[in-house]
Amino acid sequence: MVAETTTAPADAPDALRCPRSCGELFRVFNRLALQGFGGVLPVAHRALVERERWQSPQQFVELLTLSQVLPGPNIINMALIFGDRYLGWRGALAACAGLLLVPMFIVLVLAATYQQHADNPWVAGALRGMGAVAAGLIIATAVKLARTVGGNPLGLPLCAALGAATAVMVGWLRWPMVGVVLGLGALGTVLAWRRLRALETTAP
Amino acid sequence: MSIAALLGTHGLGWDDLLALWLHFSVLSLLAVGGAITTAPDMQRYLVGEQGWMDDAQFTAGVAIAQAAPGPNILFVAVMGWHVAGVAGVLATMLGIMGPSSLLAFAVGRYGRRRADSIGLRAFTAGLTPLTLGLLLSTGWVLTAPTRHQPMAVALVLGTVALSVASRISPMWLIAAGAVVGALALR
Repeated sequence: MVAETTTAPADAPDALRCPRSCGELFRVFNRLALQGFGGVLPVAHRALVERERWQSPQQFVELLTLSQVLPGPNIINMALIFGDRYLGWRGALAACAGLLLVPMFIVLVLAATYQQHADNPWVAGALRGMGAVAAGLIIATAVKLARTVGGNPLGLPLCAALGAATAVMVGWLRWPMVGVVLGLGALGTVLAWRRLRALETTAP
Repeated sequence: MSIAALLGTHGLGWDDLLALWLHFSVLSLLAVGGAITTAPDMQRYLVGEQGWMDDAQFTAGVAIAQAAPGPNILFVAVMGWHVAGVAGVLATMLGIMGPSSLLAFAVGRYGRRRADSIGLRAFTAGLTPLTLGLLLSTGWVLTAPTRHQPMAVALVLGTVALSVASRISPMWLIAAGAVVGALALR
């Protein structure tokens, strides 16, 4: 395997290490979860590739791609596959528990505190403002992702049509997501498959 | 006293908890592009269909999870907590994580398919527009409690502009939102 040396510390630039125990997995994933405000993935890259040196940058990208293609929370998929690869199902559980246990406790304490003070106009106002920012952050993610659509084999018009149809059906008409995602998802996959096929046969 | 009552389920019975778990299990396998893309359907189910919480509580739940450290998926735990306490957390979290985790486990172990196979590339490319549409829907649904207030609309648009144009940490934007909200959205 090839380890990139650009981000590595000075000592033993090529040597990748391995997680030695479930306890170590739990500690590392717990630490990176607690450092992740508004998303854990960037912190995961720093922890696994740069600090612990458990993965080369290339291995990390492969793991990330696999976790994103699979349905479900990406960072959980990543922790599961990573933990299982080194220490079996116990490792998978340890990594997942590390990600979730302490942050879940913190979030639930915050939620319970909010419930107690929800009638306080200052608290209610602050939460309304935070909710508006949360909405903005998610819309911004969509805008940033939309910039990558240029490389999509479907092409811009089809991407825009599928994206708009999804937004209207799920966000505005409030149709159940099952039918929309299965229907439009199948349509998008078949169209992309045909385009990719056509590209492959015309390429030299 | 039943175990459900001991766990403080806010009056929900076993059949309700089972329905909650089942609904989130289905969403688990539909969560292409992250768990947050399923938020519109959670809102449709929890607020519209079951009436277990209102728009303001739903949006506040997502905001609290974003303001806290840890994976974004934890907004699902907050939903469960609002609906049925500890039992609700178990139902929603086991639901949203269960099926997708089993699939990830199996794929990671037995089916390490090459990421450049044409089928997988078509699947990712075909679903990308849906992810974008679902993220926009999520944003729209979260503005439901405040979209009639000009200051809240300004906060949404300002956040979009700032996070697209700069690399500012979401933490600062959420903190700014809390201050602006406490002063101007009471």
